[in-house]
Amino acid sequence: MQKTALSDKILLKVEKPARYIGNEINAVVKNKNEIDIRFALCFPDVYEIGMSHLGIQILYSLFNSYEDVWAERVYSPWVDLDKIMRDDNIPLFALESQEPVKNFDFLGFTLQYEMCYTNILQVLDLAGIPIRASDRSEDDPIVVGGGPCTYNPEPICEFFDFFYIGEGETGYREIFDLYKEHKAKKTTRKEFLKRISQIEGMYVPSLVEVTYNDDGTVKGFTDDEGKPVHIKKQVVREMDKAHYPEKPVVPFIKVTQDRVVLEIQRGCVRGCRFCQAGQLYRPVRERSVEHLEEMAIKLLNNTGHEEISLSSLSSSDFSGIEELVNFLIEECDKRHINISLPSLRIDNFSVDVMSKVQDIKKSSLTFAPEAGSQRMRNIINKGLTEEDILKGARLAFENGWTRVKLYFMLGLPGETVEDIEGIADIADKIAREFFDAVPKEERKNGPVQIVVSTSFFIPKPFTAFQWAPMNEAKDFLDKAYITRKAITSMLNQKRIKYNWHEADVSVIEGILARGDRKLNDLIETLYKKGCIYDAWGEYFDMDKWMSTMAELGIDPAFYTTRKRDLDEIFPWDFLDCGVSKDFLKREWERSLKGEVTPNCMLRCNGCGAVNMNGMYCPM
Amino acid sequence: MKVRIKFAKSGVMVYIGHLDLLRYFQKSMRRAQIDIKYSEGFSPHQIMSFAAPLGVGVISNGEYMDVELNSSEGKASFIDSLNEVMVPGVKILNAVLLPDKAKNAMSSVAAASYRIVRKDGGKIPEEVISSADVFIGQNEIMITKETKKNVMELDIKPHIYQFGIDSEEISLKVDASSAGNIKPMLVVEALYRYAGVDFDPLDMQIIRDEMYMDIGEGDERELVSLDSIGEDF
Repeated sequence: MQKTALSDKILLKVEKPARYIGNEINAVVKNKNEIDIRFALCFPDVYEIGMSHLGIQILYSLFNSYEDVWAERVYSPWVDLDKIMRDDNIPLFALESQEPVKNFDFLGFTLQYEMCYTNILQVLDLAGIPIRASDRSEDDPIVVGGGPCTYNPEPICEFFDFFYIGEGETGYREIFDLYKEHKAKKTTRKEFLKRISQIEGMYVPSLVEVTYNDDGTVKGFTDDEGKPVHIKKQVVREMDKAHYPEKPVVPFIKVTQDRVVLEIQRGCVRGCRFCQAGQLYRPVRERSVEHLEEMAIKLLNNTGHEEISLSSLSSSDFSGIEELVNFLIEECDKRHINISLPSLRIDNFSVDVMSKVQDIKKSSLTFAPEAGSQRMRNIINKGLTEEDILKGARLAFENGWTRVKLYFMLGLPGETVEDIEGIADIADKIAREFFDAVPKEERKNGPVQIVVSTSFFIPKPFTAFQWAPMNEAKDFLDKAYITRKAITSMLNQKRIKYNWHEADVSVIEGILARGDRKLNDLIETLYKKGCIYDAWGEYFDMDKWMSTMAELGIDPAFYTTRKRDLDEIFPWDFLDCGVSKDFLKREWERSLKGEVTPNCMLRCNGCGAVNMNGMYCPM
Repeated sequence: MKVRIKFAKSGVMVYIGHLDLLRYFQKSMRRAQIDIKYSEGFSPHQIMSFAAPLGVGVISNGEYMDVELNSSEGKASFIDSLNEVMVPGVKILNAVLLPDKAKNAMSSVAAASYRIVRKDGGKIPEEVISSADVFIGQNEIMITKETKKNVMELDIKPHIYQFGIDSEEISLKVDASSAGNIKPMLVVEALYRYAGVDFDPLDMQIIRDEMYMDIGEGDERELVSLDSIGEDF
């Protein structure tokens, strides 16, 4: 019998035991006696979510390509197993070796969304590692965080020994070499972290002191020698040379992203002012079509997946998109592989491609205008016009499509009732376009069906809107009501379905996104009160969050609705993602005037990423 | 060409349910670059069907599935290339080329043989062993079977084809046809109840050793393993 950390009885009792047994295709098992560094890579959510994440697969493959390192995976045990592990005192284990995470050298978390923060504490606690970095001993694993949320790590900084700011492919070898030296020379944890802090992109919270003004805003950041702190992200220079996993782990159970994922480029030339990823991953870097074609074949052969998907922030902007897609259509047809093409602009090319790879009757067109009026779309710098949308929709209707999905945000800066009502208007115009484009006798796939979804806008660090006040939950719900009323007053209202997002969880996400160090106590208190899986509607407990903030004297409005001064120092200002604060400030001011900034292909707008670590922006 | 595959499932793979095992084999066929036949239509799927789902937790040395191939480089290469892409816990044991008019595995299954042992390696209680002869000698063995809709009384005696017991294991050959399938644990539970011995099914490991088809004439039962028809290829 293969080794399992959980007994047979437990495995037969819990939901989906396959979450906990490892043994998947391409999982890497090494002889622990022949390696120097054991690294547990954690996505702090349930297996099916964590296994769908490309970043972990990249690091897993990269680390395991080093002879002296064995990287394993660990995910949050689902609530059923969580309870059993607490009741029976079973320590959290990594999937490959089934051995306790506490015995590892490193425990690394990827931080993809704010609502997973209590799950970080769950993983630490179940592993038997002290929750606070300051309480850890020399024998505890070094706890490191990476991923987009590390661009404001302050609300969780006291739970981490260090954060890796930037792209993971470039800096870990140096860290591992330092760690081996630290082990050989038996230096202290503190000395090791000091050395780490001297590597570009590494943030050791215990070595940075934050001072505050009387009003609670940040006054400044100083390091342990009293000097100002400035940490510049790690960045991949040439995508073709960056490590890419050729043998990703293939889960047994169905996971969210159950397919080959081909990352075609990193970064985005569009300067949408609400979008954090669009700033964090600058500058844009493409992989070559030749490299991608080779990767696609290898990945399909090595995984046996029946679907391949392209990944990027805006696939239509990839210069080799037509060549790559045509190649994939030909290859995938031979192999009975499905192709999924997210984030493609609707034009002649994409309609032609989609009619080849999708079942028109079942698939839908997706547009993300994000705002209902042109005025508002100018404010957010979303280049899409009403004409673009109607033209794209018409083209697709003429080719047989009937389903349209539309995504919008509510609560954007400077939003008026007219802007919101514009959402209903555009949905109605799309319906009219259908009835105009497709004569009655040709509507063999039925009438048009439009689904409008709205989420609530959350200002994020390192965007032009980092200065923007966020709406309160009540405003959000009022706005959703206005949207719903406007839709029901439309001529084609019966063809339009409307969904809106939860308001409460958006407010909490807003607090954490622009939070500061004072929130560490909040996260810890909430965890101790039993909060985990806050990203899951059925486990998120708004009352607990609100009452705990009240207990700790934390004012939600300070983080959400407060109007921030143009010169305010933000909790994340000591980090440098390449895009300068001056540029963001200019963008914020332009947005207030409704001025559009052209995308990077048309003109360089001087964001600062042009000269990131000696690498030039190709635009 | 229709090919019947015999495989074993053990180790941690016992925690993989039937539908996930199907997905696992679909991906394995692609990794092994088997020239498997796909169905027609907009979303074609591999032509693959299993003899009988195996319960989660059960070890098997005799699982079967049928696939349709466009071409093959022969039995040995077929088995080897599949075994090369298996994970520990799944092993391809045999493959045979089926006659064109052969019934598929699922409708062919008539019986299955099982062994039931204690997971802790312990002995089967003396009271159970000593009650076994009388238990199996009864004219009828009534059990209550709970289905989704109702609870019903059922005589399982006619569905038990072979029964054996010693201190190590209970061995059974029972009806596994779609009409009269008997779960082995039902028999074991009935036996323990008859012997008046407390019992937790989770303490017992079920091992399915073989699945059979019935090639007998008329009412005469003649059970042979599912891969005994067909030929090498």
